[in-house]
Amino acid sequence: MAAEGKSIDALSQFELGIALGPLGASVNFTQSNLHMVIVAVLVFALMSYGMRARALVPGRLQSLAEASYEFIMGMVTEQIGHEGRRFFPFVFTLFMFVLFGNMLGLFPYAFTFTSHIAATFALAAMVFVLITVVALMLHGKKFFGYFFPEGAPIWLAPIIIPVEIVSYLSRPISLSIRLFANMVAGHVMLKVFATFIVMLAGLGAVGPFLSLLPLTINVALVGFEVLVAFLQAYVFAILTCIYLHDAVHLH
Amino acid sequence: MSEQDGFEKRLNEARARQGLDRAEGGKAGLPGGSYGVGFRAGVEVFSALLVGVVAGLLLDRWLGTWPWLFLLMFVMGSAAGLLNVFRLFKPRGLKRD
Repeated sequence: MAAEGKSIDALSQFELGIALGPLGASVNFTQSNLHMVIVAVLVFALMSYGMRARALVPGRLQSLAEASYEFIMGMVTEQIGHEGRRFFPFVFTLFMFVLFGNMLGLFPYAFTFTSHIAATFALAAMVFVLITVVALMLHGKKFFGYFFPEGAPIWLAPIIIPVEIVSYLSRPISLSIRLFANMVAGHVMLKVFATFIVMLAGLGAVGPFLSLLPLTINVALVGFEVLVAFLQAYVFAILTCIYLHDAVHLH
Repeated sequence: MSEQDGFEKRLNEARARQGLDRAEGGKAGLPGGSYGVGFRAGVEVFSALLVGVVAGLLLDRWLGTWPWLFLLMFVMGSAAGLLNVFRLFKPRGLKRD
């Protein structure tokens, strides 16, 4: 798999395959879908099982559930304002889904569904549709004033309006590319250095010692990837909040 | 007791009035770091450019004006990319987001 034919095959880890045997094949249920289901179950289990005790002094799972709840609640109220609390369920679901997806992808044999632009773009498109619908519902026609700042000279309108529209449309693209590119880059690097370990180990007597070098890099990279996995979920959630702020308040 | 509570409340109100509690400026909470900021700026430019180019190509195919709208939208996309980067570094407090 890793070093067959003395070549580095870093991209085959992103290939989709069929999960759940013939049943999955009949509905094209890939391992990406399987991991999404696992993530959904894990998040649900954390929130429901962790909060079962409802203890005044929380246990480990309960404090994890409470910490994540308060983290997102703080982010939502700070970024959108008090009226933004109605978007809390959406942002919280999004954050937990992306975070668990990123983290789950770091386990051996697991698949990172956030490394597919189709998955991240679907999430970003959902955010985009939501912010547009919210802005239209709250502000009606005034939403279109967003594309032309008041006070700008009117003869600049043919330049400003297309630029603003392109800038607005680029939001879901940048949101999805950021997450997808970070996950792909991290996993490719992990795979490349892991391949180096195998290749260098086959170099005779000095091989095993040389292969310690990429091994140390990989150990550091795994730690770095945990950071990136959290950071990208955080960035995804906070940018969603910033966009929602713009939709609610229209600058 | 109640007097102390009242004092806390008034102190907090005064602090809020003076804007003392809003410590974070800029895109509050977005993590920094030179690598991260550079990457984010690159993504912003790239995505705006992508939207501009794709929109130009689609409009050209629809209206049969190849390559003029493509060229125009390419320039618009670059401008939008620069605008995105500008907004990335502009403090949030500024009017007109």
